[in-house]
Amino acid sequence: MSGMKLVYHLVQAAFVAALALAWYLATYNGYISPILLPSLTASLHEFWLLLASGSYWPDLQVTLTELGTAFVIAAVLGCAIGYLVSRSGFTVRVFDPLFAGLYSIPLVLLFPLYVLFFGLGSGSKIAIGATIAFFPIVLNTIAGFDYVDKAYITAAKSMGASGFQMFWCIMLPAAFPVVITGLRMGFIVAFLSILGTETIASLAGLGHRIVTYAESMDPAKMFAYIFFAILIAFLLNFLVSTAERRARRGPT
Amino acid sequence: MMRAGPAIRAESVSQVFGAEDDPRRVVALDGASLDATRGELLCLIGPSGCGKSTLLNLIGGLMTPSAGEIAIDGQRVTGPLPKKVAFVFQESALFPWRSVADNVKLGMAFQGVAKSERADRAREALEAVGLAEFADHYPAQLSGGMKQRAQLARALGLKTEFLLMDEPFAALDEQTRMVLGEDLSELLARTGKTIVFVTHSLVEAVFLADRVAVFTARPGRIKTVISVDEGHPRSRSFMTSDKLARLRNQLYDLLHDEIRKTMVLRDPDGKGRT
Repeated sequence: MSGMKLVYHLVQAAFVAALALAWYLATYNGYISPILLPSLTASLHEFWLLLASGSYWPDLQVTLTELGTAFVIAAVLGCAIGYLVSRSGFTVRVFDPLFAGLYSIPLVLLFPLYVLFFGLGSGSKIAIGATIAFFPIVLNTIAGFDYVDKAYITAAKSMGASGFQMFWCIMLPAAFPVVITGLRMGFIVAFLSILGTETIASLAGLGHRIVTYAESMDPAKMFAYIFFAILIAFLLNFLVSTAERRARRGPT
Repeated sequence: MMRAGPAIRAESVSQVFGAEDDPRRVVALDGASLDATRGELLCLIGPSGCGKSTLLNLIGGLMTPSAGEIAIDGQRVTGPLPKKVAFVFQESALFPWRSVADNVKLGMAFQGVAKSERADRAREALEAVGLAEFADHYPAQLSGGMKQRAQLARALGLKTEFLLMDEPFAALDEQTRMVLGEDLSELLARTGKTIVFVTHSLVEAVFLADRVAVFTARPGRIKTVISVDEGHPRSRSFMTSDKLARLRNQLYDLLHDEIRKTMVLRDPDGKGRT
């Protein structure tokens, strides 16, 4: 099957190359105004300059600090509330559909309100990131603890597990894979919503920089930052997936 | 060290699931009485939903009977007795996030066994079931038969006097099951434990048991108890003997009418399991 796998990857690479080629050809002879779409080479050149100069650093720092803070808030609240809700069938039946319903609302609509509350700076990004990340974390925590196989609980009970032993040795490791998936999803949506809201109203950050260059008619620099944001997203995804895989293996 | 009275006594035990007015109310057991003597292997056999697993859970203190009384060593059972009674469940009762050895050690940890002793006992128990080489494997890496051996090791490691087994081989294919049965017979002959073993299999019941308790269809009562009267460990030749065939046929005659009843009275939602 590995031969087939190579073919898949080749087709995927060819697809990306075709996109790049289309971009290159579309801007080559000025079919599209360079104000709307800069040439690929100019964008890549700016991207290279950006990486070499390190001038991305202040904005990256702002975005990552917002992301880290939002994620920690969402993780602590989501796991704690999710666990408490999972403790009784009543609270699960009340809060699980409630949280699921709230999560289906486009929560980014709260952003104007958060700007009024927390200002244009990092506060409103942290608030929106934490709000949006809270839901997948709390929902997965509830699911993880609520659906622990009854056979495990019965077996532990028959072997004389105390309340704490039941939590620490059975419930926690049994729920862990589902909870950790919630944490990964929360991290990703926090990153997406922070980047997105930075482009709406902000003072600094990667999203802010992208919109600034767009507004100042410097699209090549804008694309350089978009490439950079993609790179960061790719790295973060990789990090979080690796952490998830590690953590899954950890307590086993 | 014989103590007076039966090792396990169940006296007119009834178990009802659901409230009085609940349409899904189920009378699983209706005045079942049964004794087990020390050191014997008692098989519970009966049609689906007859309450044999329920009785096992009641004996182990995992549930409290709606009426009647269960006593172990003359003491009324009101909850799990982890120091006296160990369980082997049907399947998937191993903790998948722990290695085989760590599964075996966990129950000992719950009971406050010293850490150094846990490792020794776990090794001993795994050797007894022939899984010593698989101590560091995870349950997902084991075959169905090996998983059940691991569960048995976990129960043996607890060094309890009583072993309650709830259809431990039900999910296995017939060949694996027969070989495990032979091993079990040999193992149990050595340990001298008092064992209650729930099964669906007529042959398994006769091959393993000293006595077989036959249940009626639900609501479950004990219809009769037959003695097998054959020493342990039992060899392959017993498996193919006329005696086993005769007892098996006798069991089938006893069960046949009861099984028919459950097929007529199949509950509408089809959930016959106890």
